[in-house]
Amino acid sequence: MNVQLRERPQAASSTGIKSAIADCDIHPARATKDELHPYLAKRWHGHIETFGVHAYQGMMEGPPYPKAQPNASRRDAYPPEGGPQGSSLSFMQKQHLDPNNVALGVLNPLNTGQGIRNQDLAAAICAAINDWQIEKWTSKDARLKGSVVVANEDGVSAAAEIRKRAGDKNFVQVLLLSRNVEPLGQRRYWPIYEAAQEAGLPIGVHAFGFGGNPITASGWPSYYIEEMVGHSQCQQTALASLVLEGVFERFPKLKMVMVEAGFGWAPSLAWRLDKVFSKLHGEVPHLKRKPSEYIRDHIWWTTQPMEDPESRDHLFQVIEWIGWDKLLFATDYPHWDYDEPSRVLPAGVSDANRQAFYLDNAKQLYGIS
Amino acid sequence: MTSPIAGGVDCDLHPAVPHLTSLLPYMNDYWRDQVTTRGMTDLISQSYPVNSPISSRPDWRPVKGKPGSDIADLQRQALDRFGTAYGICNPLYGVQMVFSEDMANAFCRALNDWLAKEWLDKDERLRGSIVIPVQSIEKAVAEIERCAADKRFVQVLMLVMGDMPLGKRHYWPIYAAAERFGLPIGIHAGSAYHNPPTSVGWGSYHIEDYVAQAQAFQTQLTSLIVEGVFARHPNLKMVMLESGFTWLPPFLWRLHKFWRGVRMETPWVDRAPLEIVRSNIRFSLQPVDAPPESDTLNRLFDHMQSDELILFSTDYPHWQFDGDEVLPKGLSPDLVRKIMIDNPHATYPRLTVKEMTP
Repeated sequence: MNVQLRERPQAASSTGIKSAIADCDIHPARATKDELHPYLAKRWHGHIETFGVHAYQGMMEGPPYPKAQPNASRRDAYPPEGGPQGSSLSFMQKQHLDPNNVALGVLNPLNTGQGIRNQDLAAAICAAINDWQIEKWTSKDARLKGSVVVANEDGVSAAAEIRKRAGDKNFVQVLLLSRNVEPLGQRRYWPIYEAAQEAGLPIGVHAFGFGGNPITASGWPSYYIEEMVGHSQCQQTALASLVLEGVFERFPKLKMVMVEAGFGWAPSLAWRLDKVFSKLHGEVPHLKRKPSEYIRDHIWWTTQPMEDPESRDHLFQVIEWIGWDKLLFATDYPHWDYDEPSRVLPAGVSDANRQAFYLDNAKQLYGIS
Repeated sequence: MTSPIAGGVDCDLHPAVPHLTSLLPYMNDYWRDQVTTRGMTDLISQSYPVNSPISSRPDWRPVKGKPGSDIADLQRQALDRFGTAYGICNPLYGVQMVFSEDMANAFCRALNDWLAKEWLDKDERLRGSIVIPVQSIEKAVAEIERCAADKRFVQVLMLVMGDMPLGKRHYWPIYAAAERFGLPIGIHAGSAYHNPPTSVGWGSYHIEDYVAQAQAFQTQLTSLIVEGVFARHPNLKMVMLESGFTWLPPFLWRLHKFWRGVRMETPWVDRAPLEIVRSNIRFSLQPVDAPPESDTLNRLFDHMQSDELILFSTDYPHWQFDGDEVLPKGLSPDLVRKIMIDNPHATYPRLTVKEMTP
């Protein structure tokens, strides 16, 4: 579906024809294996070369479930100068940012130090990725904003990295992944929430990651599609953990964004939490409100991969249950399941809701004027 | 309130084994000796702590003993109260949790024989589910064959969280045996706790485990569909028990979308996931994870795009509703009839089989 069979003229560029949008999930990549070297202490160059990088999964090269496309990315997104998809700023501008009139693009680097078992290495790579985001991307294009990546399993080191970046306008959020060694509400991750709240940075929780647990509560499945679909179940469970552990009681100003995990499941999860909470609240007396209220007040949702029911009314009803003010448009560029901005929302949405969905919610959440 | 109608089929009743010693009469000498010598006392799963509010409705909790352990209580509180014609017993005793397949086999056999003798023999309305030692395919199939001769067993029962995803080919002989005997596979909430109870690890709380059942059902549906279980066994029905069902529409939107994108990976999936669910998968009614307004619930039924998916259940003695409000508000009389009578009979062909015991 993403092989370009014949040459097409590029869509109208930023001539004012297309309304400005915010893309809240863009994945920048390294052009070469050594691209991080300038930002990493010398000792790690040799370490990585000799021992490799050990994540909480068994493969030294590539993901445990082979993706459907090389690098899970569009085949038309290889930059002309070489390197993997998403590794060239000029090509990203030409292929995506300019023609789609992206006014705000939030970078979510995925192959970082997150999910790595050696915590010193994890912290070093994360710090390097943060420097690299500034130097290669955000300082070169003011539309792009970075995400602070952190050594997620080491709360103390992660909090230090967040404090180091606090106030730096190159960054608009802290990035975590949904799958970690423990569910995200657990206390080992609280220093991250404390530092993010202090820095006034929302936390984006992107689907994916490795924590060593099977991606179902019944063991490892067989196929990539099960991993893809399974991420939304991981996200549901991670969110339930955040709510039930009382993270939003403890950190009342914390905002979180569920990234690339779907949003259609949010109402049924919230109803289920409320229903069970009505009988089992005695077990979690630290919660002062119904679970659904924490979700309503603290959680935002990126849209890609867009929910796609047969009936658009079903989509609109689900969005109404969540709130038009809580959705953030995202494309997932350059990944293969990219959502095309002009085709994501069906007809029948008011101008005000469209504007909120495509741009205003993101600007407000991320503090961009 | 929507009133239940007489003659319904309650597809999820939980008779409780009072104590492991209750099963001793149904074990051979070796296992009786093992249980006694090794000081084994009870097999209670963390999924359902006896005193947890969700494990029993307050007014169904007996003065002594486990909720659901007295047949007179079950008759009065569930069968008589809702005018039930047939009630399917799904024992949730923790026999799947042990790690030895031999021990699991001995306990499953004892549990099935106990169910037949102490429950099915005592009330003609009751039907049973065959509990199987899933760690051993050979033993699981043998147990299905052994029990299926008794036509009062109307389904095979598995837990939603076990050692491996349920679509895996490893389990297919179980599905072949079930299909051969006209037995649906019931998949009930609960974990063998052989894996962490969530796909992101161990949480802290009982409430967290219970909420996570819904996510476990979602991943199992994915597995069953994409592995091709229903391409191989097009007539096999599977019933998700105590799973919740309001998560189904958005789950299918996502699965369907991804299937369209990467179906080259599983070319044997010969129909869209949505169609497979409509023809092969059913859900018990309780719990209804939805707000109390009937408007919202009717929209959710509309999102499901079928009135054949839901089977009546009280989930007795678990606490899912109060008073007689076993049916959510606002259901049409047609839908009530479908849920309580037509859908269960279409799912469980053995319900009305005349010849009862071998």
